[in-house]
Amino acid sequence: MAVNLLYFFIFPGLLFMALVGGLLSWFDRKITARVQFRKGPPLLQPFYDFFKLLLVKETILPKQGSAFVFLLAPVLALFGATMAGLFILLPLFNIETGFRGDIIVIFYLLTLPSFSYIIGALASGNPLGAVGASREMKLIISYELTFLLLVAAVIMKSGQQFDLDSVIAAQQSATPFIGSISGVLLFIAGVFCIQAKLALVPFDMPEAEAELASGIYIEYSGPPYAMIKLAKYIMLFILPAFLVALLMNGMNPGINIVWLILKILGVVLLLTLIRNTNPRVKIKQASRFFLVWMNLLVVVAIVLIALGL
Amino acid sequence: MGFKDYCFRKSLWVFHFGGASCNNCDIEILDCLTPRHDLERFGILLVGSIRHADVLLVNGSINRRDKDRLLELYHQAPKPLLVVAIGACGCTGGIFAEGIPFAGPVDKIIPVDAYIPGCPPKPEAIIAGIIKLAGKR
Repeated sequence: MAVNLLYFFIFPGLLFMALVGGLLSWFDRKITARVQFRKGPPLLQPFYDFFKLLLVKETILPKQGSAFVFLLAPVLALFGATMAGLFILLPLFNIETGFRGDIIVIFYLLTLPSFSYIIGALASGNPLGAVGASREMKLIISYELTFLLLVAAVIMKSGQQFDLDSVIAAQQSATPFIGSISGVLLFIAGVFCIQAKLALVPFDMPEAEAELASGIYIEYSGPPYAMIKLAKYIMLFILPAFLVALLMNGMNPGINIVWLILKILGVVLLLTLIRNTNPRVKIKQASRFFLVWMNLLVVVAIVLIALGL
Repeated sequence: MGFKDYCFRKSLWVFHFGGASCNNCDIEILDCLTPRHDLERFGILLVGSIRHADVLLVNGSINRRDKDRLLELYHQAPKPLLVVAIGACGCTGGIFAEGIPFAGPVDKIIPVDAYIPGCPPKPEAIIAGIIKLAGKR
């Protein structure tokens, strides 16, 4: 029991993921600044933002709508992100093996933050929040099938292994999955799914800074917004970590932790560059992009896997 | 200065309210966020929702219609909130001070923490003002 609490709160749980996620968020903002020929924020900027929201600012509750659900949603988002991160990082760091079928559990827990943002935005009673929530819903409907097919393809490629530990072990005993044609296709689809899950720029219509004024988060202020920020930092860490575990070999024991850090930084760098070189697409275009093209890509990958490529 | 104040002044998020402005101050404010001046190195971001704001930038002359909007925004913002009046119109009313629809300079409507005069103020002046404001708290 005590060791489980340690896992949940300290390492590799909430505290560790928040620290790494905050640093990755700084990395994202710094790269964005460098791409735009700016200097960029200081190293601890995400933590200043978080503590300012948590300790200094007051919370304003919406007059219309349900205050309880409005305040519950950030807690739920943070819980989902931490729990999913725990199930991903325990096998990734070779701490514990997990259980049979934990990839499915991770898949469901990873959607929990998006769902709680929708619930919170609808509970706030703000019309712009409602528009953002409906866009987020459409986005989830679009990318979830691709993400599920991707997970299914990885399970198929690893020889019907339903737990993350066996998937990593199958890659470590042979080659990483990304070393094959089907693996490359799956990696492309996975990067775009993460982009949509994090609501980064080509798919940022739920928060659409320009026309919805941060959309689903519009009514949040103070500590609840700090928790949403924290959940976003954690998601920025665990989604690339999940992709690394699924397709890029995870972590071999020993000095290879450096190699793992480089792989995660590489995925985040790719996400940031996509975000900085693309305009926002319309929701219809995003749906078509995922439902037609990305699904086609993953289905082709599944066929290639069945052929043994 | 405690930890809370340090975090607050390292991460000021700015919400921009333009009154009946001639648009010059708005352009100079946007200039501060461009690569040449880059306010993000001080942790300053432009936010779209007043609920996320720490600083309310007000420019332009405030006429009778703007007054209600400005008061509503001020009451909707989570405290602590800093208010900055930018430009001659925001500080004193400028050439509009004796006009019929003019509803008083910003500090007659809401408490103002910093004044940045100029018509329009240079981006350097705006940055200097905001940095001094962050140091004051």
